[in-house]
Amino acid sequence: MDEEQSSEETSAPDEKRENLLAELSENLGEMLIDSYLRPHEDLWLRVRIENWQDAVKIAKAAGFTYFGFLSAIDWDIAPDGRYENTEFDGGLVEEDDDPVELDTSTGYAGGDSRFQLLAQLNSLDRQMGLILKADLGDNLVVDTIRDVFPGADWHERETHEMFGIVFRGHPTLHPLYLPTEFEGHPLRKDFPLLARQVKPWPGVVDIEEIPEHLEAQLEAEVMAAFEAEGGEV
Amino acid sequence: MTATSDREQMAYVTAQAADARINVELDTGDMTLNIGPQHPATHGTLRIACRLDGEQVVVAEPIMGYMHRGYEKLCEVRTYPQCTTLINRIDWLGSFANEVPFILAAERLMEVEAPPRAQWIRTILFELSRIANLALFLGDMGVQIGALTPVFFAFRDRERVLNQIEEVTGGRFHPNFDRIGGLKDDIPKGWIDETRSVMTKMRTFCDEMEDLLVGNEIFQARCRGVGVIPGDVAMGHGLSGANLRASGIDWDLRRDANPGLAWDQIDWRVWTHPDGDSFARYWVRLQETREATRIVDQLLDGIPSGPIMAKVPRIIKVPAGEAYVSTENPLGEMGYYIVSKGDLGPFRVKIRTPSFNNISVVPWVMKGVYVPDVITILGSLYFILGDIDR
Repeated sequence: MDEEQSSEETSAPDEKRENLLAELSENLGEMLIDSYLRPHEDLWLRVRIENWQDAVKIAKAAGFTYFGFLSAIDWDIAPDGRYENTEFDGGLVEEDDDPVELDTSTGYAGGDSRFQLLAQLNSLDRQMGLILKADLGDNLVVDTIRDVFPGADWHERETHEMFGIVFRGHPTLHPLYLPTEFEGHPLRKDFPLLARQVKPWPGVVDIEEIPEHLEAQLEAEVMAAFEAEGGEV
Repeated sequence: MTATSDREQMAYVTAQAADARINVELDTGDMTLNIGPQHPATHGTLRIACRLDGEQVVVAEPIMGYMHRGYEKLCEVRTYPQCTTLINRIDWLGSFANEVPFILAAERLMEVEAPPRAQWIRTILFELSRIANLALFLGDMGVQIGALTPVFFAFRDRERVLNQIEEVTGGRFHPNFDRIGGLKDDIPKGWIDETRSVMTKMRTFCDEMEDLLVGNEIFQARCRGVGVIPGDVAMGHGLSGANLRASGIDWDLRRDANPGLAWDQIDWRVWTHPDGDSFARYWVRLQETREATRIVDQLLDGIPSGPIMAKVPRIIKVPAGEAYVSTENPLGEMGYYIVSKGDLGPFRVKIRTPSFNNISVVPWVMKGVYVPDVITILGSLYFILGDIDR
């Protein structure tokens, strides 16, 4: 179990989810790598990729019969960032005096590889959701779960075309959204978002400048309102 | 032959034909019929490629992507407040309801809670979007089976609800009104009374629809027993909203997983229907629209006073973490899985839309139905194309 939950002093312990975690850890045994619990919110379980199908089956047997979604996360940092440094958009962040520090962890319940599989299931009896994760190795192959949840069929097709993950045993892994001859996997972080590179971002270039004679007045108003509220952000 | 025996002759011919089919194995051949992309029943540009054997569907495969806009990718390069502009355009008939789960997910990561007044107004606008969205369905379902009158009633009365949304937010379809920590503005003066009278009119509208369609013999003949989805199939495909409840499954996120809006403070009920056919889906949505007007009435009575915005920094940075929040939108379970790295914008957003899962049942449910029923089933599943393609 994670240490984080003890630091949450705001609310009572979430017995419902702790019991579920204990039950599922026992059923999953070796398949479970790590878990994370946000009290009264959600439970994350990271399982071994070889046991992905079994883990989903075990969760289904434990009452999680409602299929939410299946997707993936690419934990790489995009080489172009958020395209703020293109020639058009330079200067968007200069007013932000607090530099952004990117978190380098790979999410709740950890992760060891670039791509992580993600699935959400619900239990109607327990009135709880469950999020399953699995690290994808270098070969990006995983067993399909469309026999367990028929709804996963399309989600796997979408994940296949967007991330290039292969679902072993899926009979129709052809593109769902993209044209048949499309090359690349758009939701990977290294796939460039061309629209942002060739066209100015209107959110930056269309800013109307405040007239000089109004600027001081506006500033004073904002400061007055700010101080009236106690001067705290 | 005399005229009186025409019927006999007809019976003879039919019997002959039936015999021929059995004996000669009359080959009806495979035919591919494309329904859409520009079919009115598809609410956008969805194509259903049906392989037919005679009048019966052998395989039906929805083909989408005509409107894929890549919102999950676009969200990654925008800041949180900029994302809501995109999110408005997912289910364009119930826009405000789209913003709420995204904002709630961001608020959960920031550990900010909107003040009670903001929560109540959010809930009211949420239910108003539901009424506006479902009103169109209630009329549109008539068009799918050839009844043109209801849809005009629907457009007329939906306008009243849109006017109320416009009066608060300034936008009829894309309000972009929800903010992290609260709402952009308070409700205008006199709005509560106006909304109350609109709710009375919407109840009349529901009664009209009930008289026009639910009791109608043709409507019943076209919808009862057509497109039956059993409960376990619905669960496995992740169907949500009225489609799930029409299959007899009592699951409503407003009641069962309330993420913090005002639904748990008022008295209302969840409607289900055991049949799982097209008629049940219509009936459940009709009752839901009615229930929503009652919810709005109660909420209007009890709006708490106070601020509409919590204290949030001017530049919004969401702490690192992951959150999945879903709400019961007009179409079903709409959820956002946000991965934050402490930046100004989300690192990854997975948008779980109701229509995507709802339509994934089409290949299963269409097997063996007749061509005219394809349209009623599609209509009764009720999807918005922006909600499938994102």
